Amino acid sequence: MLSPARAWREYPQRYRLEASRCTECGKISYPPRVVCPGCRGRQFETVTLSREGTVVTFTVVHVPPAGFEGQAPLILALVELKEGARTMVQLADVPDPSQVRIGMPVRLEFRKIAEEGEAGTIFYGHKAVPA
Amino acid sequence: MRDVAIIGVGMIPWGELWEDSLRTIWTRAAVAALEDAGVDTVDLITVGCMSSGLFVGQEHLASMVADQLGMPGVPASRVESACASGSLALRHAFAEVAAGLVDIALVTGVEKMTDVDGGAATYTLGTAADQEYESFHGITFPGLYAMMARVHMAHYGTTSRQMAAVSMKNHANGLLNPNAQYHLKVSIDDVLSSTPVAEPLHLLDCSPITDGAAALVIAPIDRARDLAGRRPVVRIAGSGMATDTIALADREDLSRLRAVELSAERAYAMAGKKPSDIHVAEVHDCFTIAEIMTTEALGFFGPGEGGPAAEKGWTALDGRIPVNPSGGLKSKGHPVGATGVAQVCEIVNQLRGEAGQRQVKDARVGLTQNMGGSGGSSIVHILEVV
Ligand SMILES: [Zn+2]
Repeated sequence: MLSPARAWREYPQRYRLEASRCTECGKISYPPRVVCPGCRGRQFETVTLSREGTVVTFTVVHVPPAGFEGQAPLILALVELKEGARTMVQLADVPDPSQVRIGMPVRLEFRKIAEEGEAGTIFYGHKAVPA
Repeated sequence: MRDVAIIGVGMIPWGELWEDSLRTIWTRAAVAALEDAGVDTVDLITVGCMSSGLFVGQEHLASMVADQLGMPGVPASRVESACASGSLALRHAFAEVAAGLVDIALVTGVEKMTDVDGGAATYTLGTAADQEYESFHGITFPGLYAMMARVHMAHYGTTSRQMAAVSMKNHANGLLNPNAQYHLKVSIDDVLSSTPVAEPLHLLDCSPITDGAAALVIAPIDRARDLAGRRPVVRIAGSGMATDTIALADREDLSRLRAVELSAERAYAMAGKKPSDIHVAEVHDCFTIAEIMTTEALGFFGPGEGGPAAEKGWTALDGRIPVNPSGGLKSKGHPVGATGVAQVCEIVNQLRGEAGQRQVKDARVGLTQNMGGSGGSSIVHILEVV
């Protein structure tokens, strides 16, 4: 998986949900970018995303990738946050995956995502839970 | 720009080729294409390969395979655009021949995927997604297409049955292709009752892990006419490429494949053709939903009409627009870097009238569409008999 430096440099966006708002056109990029995909502007201010959003689309993964074997079946969702930025996250605390719907309101919570064996790095980030 | 034609095609049987290495499968396909073309020297070699580094630990691939062919000294380069690497190898060689930099080019694609276990193969394919913000959370490739399928279903009422019809049709075509990985009759119920991989996609909605290689020889059209004998000359009429955001989170409309639409527009414009001019097509059915979305993006059917069209048999061998006569990625197999090159091999066979039992009647204009990742790139080629 990821080297410690590679995980560490993403802390502001992964842990604190920091995004960049273009001072030219107002578009919010998550994670932050160097060039605005809306207007190619290069001036940004840092904003913190709210934790509230809705499910844009989702899937239940029955054949998980390496590192997630113990977690299957895994619900993955694309969530649109109140500010308009979208993010790919796991959907947790759902007892019955068949109840997930497009448009379902969710809230992001800080959770453990994966770990590298018993002595390796533990990776944290956000998961969505039903709001 | 000079007119360019395809003068040779080389395919080998695909599958789990445990007795063969990357270099041997590549070289066999290359030799087959050179023999088909009737040439023994080339001025350029291009290699489409997604990840020889992760699959077999071998980079510097183009020089290695040029040497294997007994052609050290020839300029050779390897190109990568995930699963669209093979078509990119053709596009770059086409540009060099058209520009007059070289005359004869050997265009190849290869992937040796079974030297690693299933988990490592899934991981390697996943590197075509956004590693930091998609793969990090545990999403897989089937998962990304499943997410698009879910939106397409919600938008247009596309059904699992319609997706299963794509799998049934491509397996039926693959039964007629001796080089295909699978020779299986598959029914709609077989697909619907197969193991769920990433809902709503089942195992039989997904293309397999495959070892394979394919090759083409291209040349300026006057040279092609000299070498063709009685065979039809197949010209590259159009080549279009486009990119899209790599992460699904950054796409506005997940029911459309924008890169496919743009690459098709560009190829149609260059060829002076429109969707209704196409007699046969090979498209990127890495998952059944991808074939449905692609046939819409190419303009064969309107938005939302791809699913019903598949179910009504409009894309079958004897349908309005036969799609994936080779069996597609689903049945022929999907050695990612080789796929785009093999699609062109099939269309050349069809246009030459050499496709055997799966021959589409009176095919004179054909199209290939090859996708990278979850639609982050797409390359379309249009070929015609001249
Ligand atoms: Zn902007």
